[in-house]
Amino acid sequence: MTKDIIFFDSTLRDGSHAIGHKLTVDNIRNYCTGIDGSGLHVVIVGHGNGLGASSLQIGLSALPDQEMLTTARKALKKTKLGAFLIPGLGTIKDNLAPAIDLGVDLVCVACHCTEADVTGQHIDYVRKRGKDVYGVLMMCHMAAKEKLLMEAKKMQSYGALGVILMDSAGAFDPNMLEETVSFLSKKLDIPVGFHGHNNLGLAVSNSLTAIRSGAKIIDGTIRGFGAGAGNCQLEVFIGLLSRMKIETGVDLYKLMDVSDGVVAKIMHKAQEIDSVSLTSGMAGVFSGFAPYVKKAAERFSVDPRDIFIALGKRKIVGGQEDFIIDVALEIANKKAKDQNLSF
Amino acid sequence: MKKVKVGIIGTGNIGTDLLIKVQRSEILECGLFAGKNPDSVGIRRAEKMGVRTSFNSIKEIQDDPDCCAIVFDATSAQVHSFNAPILTKLGKFVVDLTPSSIGKMCVPVVNLKECLNSVNVNLITCGGQATIPIAYALIKAHPEIGYIEVVASIASKSAGSGTRANIDEYVLATKEAVRIFTGVDQAKAIIILNSAEPPVFMRNTVYAKIEKPNLEKITEQVLIMAQKIQKYVPGYKIVLGPVVENNRVTTMVEVAGRGDFLPKYSGNLDIITCAAVNVAEEFAKKKILRLKD
Repeated sequence: MTKDIIFFDSTLRDGSHAIGHKLTVDNIRNYCTGIDGSGLHVVIVGHGNGLGASSLQIGLSALPDQEMLTTARKALKKTKLGAFLIPGLGTIKDNLAPAIDLGVDLVCVACHCTEADVTGQHIDYVRKRGKDVYGVLMMCHMAAKEKLLMEAKKMQSYGALGVILMDSAGAFDPNMLEETVSFLSKKLDIPVGFHGHNNLGLAVSNSLTAIRSGAKIIDGTIRGFGAGAGNCQLEVFIGLLSRMKIETGVDLYKLMDVSDGVVAKIMHKAQEIDSVSLTSGMAGVFSGFAPYVKKAAERFSVDPRDIFIALGKRKIVGGQEDFIIDVALEIANKKAKDQNLSF
Repeated sequence: MKKVKVGIIGTGNIGTDLLIKVQRSEILECGLFAGKNPDSVGIRRAEKMGVRTSFNSIKEIQDDPDCCAIVFDATSAQVHSFNAPILTKLGKFVVDLTPSSIGKMCVPVVNLKECLNSVNVNLITCGGQATIPIAYALIKAHPEIGYIEVVASIASKSAGSGTRANIDEYVLATKEAVRIFTGVDQAKAIIILNSAEPPVFMRNTVYAKIEKPNLEKITEQVLIMAQKIQKYVPGYKIVLGPVVENNRVTTMVEVAGRGDFLPKYSGNLDIITCAAVNVAEEFAKKKILRLKD
């Protein structure tokens, strides 16, 4: 392992999930000013589900995409500005083209891990605009490594510079991860990346497993700020690499200062693994569902953990937030029926 | 009664499902099933059914214009923009199942009658067919609605390669149609592909932001609309709502298919092929056979 690892900073993207997509102009300006030039490869900014995702289905952003990107663009002089896009939620015409016009340097085009052919149009577009483009396979615990390879190869053929495996539910165990990452790193011509979640307390150690297995990109967030149980805490991970005498070229003090001085103030509460996030990891359901699951549980007087388990059984993927109410209602009805029967 | 001949261009999931529905029709029959893909499962199916097939796609209709009076285009938005002027020149009534946005946008339950006077009728998208009637019902109850959002989740297995490669066209065409049919300027469309096994049924959610919603009135309109759609899409069902929370009105619809070509989970095929057959049958009755109601 050498210093050829690059770091994607998703603090201002994944962190959006944790505060109901309510980042402010000040949040973005302060963060970007502090983190600029720290040695991280890119700072990705926006709604938790990316460009064009602000919606009643997934949650409305406090700020329009353009305003978030413009604010970040002004503050970032050295570090690249990134955007995230999930085809089906955002389009080239309405979202991607305007974002690149505003000065985005790098785009992550993401899809559910079995659906890479929906990213062809978008990856090709970013490449033709002369910007860096990476593919992201979300919820990748849901597919076997052979299937993931097939999908990653599609992204490679569209022109992606790398493919990031996103453990959206924080459900990867270290063995499964090692097997998957080594397999893909060996078979792909482009670098493999890993984006971990902490539902099972493994985000940092899984990121280490990933680079030991051949990953070249680690995607994480400062202070672990992110959906559900949060992400691989970048400053901790880089601190660990430093202790292991692995050179990263990242200014760790700068990261720590932004963590304490800026991110701690943006966060509504400290990042923790509560029982709902833990269940989400065990059920293999997207971490970002947690606030909506809690709301539905309260409304229909059911256990949020039961909702997560039921969503897991239905193999619900990211973006299907509308199923939460449906599942909650189903559990509530069943509960009512059982109670009636017991009289 | 003599049946009216139709041509189907495009031999993928949608074209093949259409073929089976056309052959069941009392008014229509398939005069040509044409595409370009030599590996098409649909072509072999058509041959077995004794239907005339061709790999020459639209060229076959140009060479023998009498093979059909009505043409279904189930290719792709791009191919349809090539086909549309040719078919119009040949005097064919066109029912377009691609998200090309070329012809007059049609949701039969809302504007079938006026569409029969056009030469090219566009069926938007499967999500559009499933959600626009609900959005339209919401507007009837609350004309002041300022924002509408529609979400379709469909089984990966029922999304053909054309849809997947051109997902932006799907989103943009659906959004534009929601705007036009409801008159609400702020509209959003979302599509999610779910690869779960066994495959999930097509689900659609319609959201509207309404201050002080009159749930009784909304529910009444939504149920009337659902009944009307069920006449040509038997598997259409309201599964949740309308419900209200924080001025967000949510209605969820499930569409089960008839299982004609792909299994029942592919409600996304049925909702658009049923609409297409409905349009073609009405055109045949009113404009070709000149039948009275």
